[in-house]
Amino acid sequence: MSETTYSLTVNGKKHSVRAHPMERLLDTLREDLKLTGTKEGCGEGECGACSVILDGKLVNSCLVPVAQAHRSTVITIEGIGEKTLTPIQQCFLDCGGTQCGICTPGMIVAATAYAKQGGQANSVSIREWLAGNLCRCTGYAQIIESVKKALQRKKR
Amino acid sequence: MRGIASDFNLVTAKNLLEVLNLLKEGYSPFAGGTDLMVLFEAGILAKKKYVSLWGLRDLCGIRIEKESVIIGAATPFTDVIENRSLARLFPDLIQAAKVTGSKAIQNRGTIGGNIANASPAADTPPVLLARRAQLELTSLSGSRWIEYRDFHLDYKKTALREDELISAIRIPIRSKMHVYYRKVGTRNAQAISKVVLSSVARFSKGLVEDISIGVGSVAPFPKACTAVESFLQGKHLTEEVIAKVQGELLKDISPIDDIRSTRSYRLRVAQNCLADFLESLR
Repeated sequence: MSETTYSLTVNGKKHSVRAHPMERLLDTLREDLKLTGTKEGCGEGECGACSVILDGKLVNSCLVPVAQAHRSTVITIEGIGEKTLTPIQQCFLDCGGTQCGICTPGMIVAATAYAKQGGQANSVSIREWLAGNLCRCTGYAQIIESVKKALQRKKR
Repeated sequence: MRGIASDFNLVTAKNLLEVLNLLKEGYSPFAGGTDLMVLFEAGILAKKKYVSLWGLRDLCGIRIEKESVIIGAATPFTDVIENRSLARLFPDLIQAAKVTGSKAIQNRGTIGGNIANASPAADTPPVLLARRAQLELTSLSGSRWIEYRDFHLDYKKTALREDELISAIRIPIRSKMHVYYRKVGTRNAQAISKVVLSSVARFSKGLVEDISIGVGSVAPFPKACTAVESFLQGKHLTEEVIAKVQGELLKDISPIDDIRSTRSYRLRVAQNCLADFLESLR
């Protein structure tokens, strides 16, 4: 099948890409747009390392064919805290929410999506929201704490 | 990643009619992609030509009517979860949607896609069985409604014709029902179940007036427990009846050993879930 031209607005910037319709949005971001902050962890929608915000919704970009992202808005980790770190990002640094860093872009994107839709600073809700993001290093406690602190900070 | 994107085509359509025309030409439906893309990435996606159902107004939406709710097949699970009327009418449906995958999966996975994918372990289908839902199947030739209980014929074999898609799900509204939903898996999210049991019952003064039960992961497809239902109909829920019904369950399910669990575990846990519900009614 031949390639088609797709328009995507990524981190506020409009892009035109030529791709096969079934190409994963993950690959469009990483290979075509050179936005390598979004990671591939499992290639089957289980780990959340590829998390992006598509048209305002948290998604696994490894499961989105680029054809379905035509004329859509995408926020990747590169689009979060471009000038200054957001409270969530700062708290990840302050609370040890990141160790090797591979899950971190996905975690930050997921946490940001949570905050955007009015997520509350309580561990149970945060855990539920981040359940699709796996971490092999931290044991999650510091990640949950980072998000919780950031949301508490926001309230003040 | 074994998927070769250039081997596939995925087109968009303006409306349902365009979709149906494409289905007639041999295209297959592609909704949220949370099942099909996994197959694609594993290099085992069989069909090569797809038409996207994503966001098609004809196939999305939740309509609350007087006696039933009609959900468009391409409605993502998140829309189901966030619908206040559904939370009131079908808390079991919401519960099932909430344990499906993860938030990211729920934002893309659709209720119709989940049904059509026909995994025996699917989370929402047992609720649809317990609630005696109906499916609208549509092609260029027209639409037909069937009982969801008649949809699954065998493992990954359904009543869908070659050029048909699921267009809507209708769930009858019933008041004053006792409701139960339990999914047993390795964790609270992103887990394929070992056992799922969903039940809706009308129970009063110790008598089971009506009960319907749907189960998952204990048969080649999501299954209604018709032997148990017949047995319990009109019975007083005594300890003896609850003990005896476990034997009836064996007539309805055929759990197996597989990578996720064993036959004996699944049988025992299914029996426990059933007893759990019945005890709570007493």
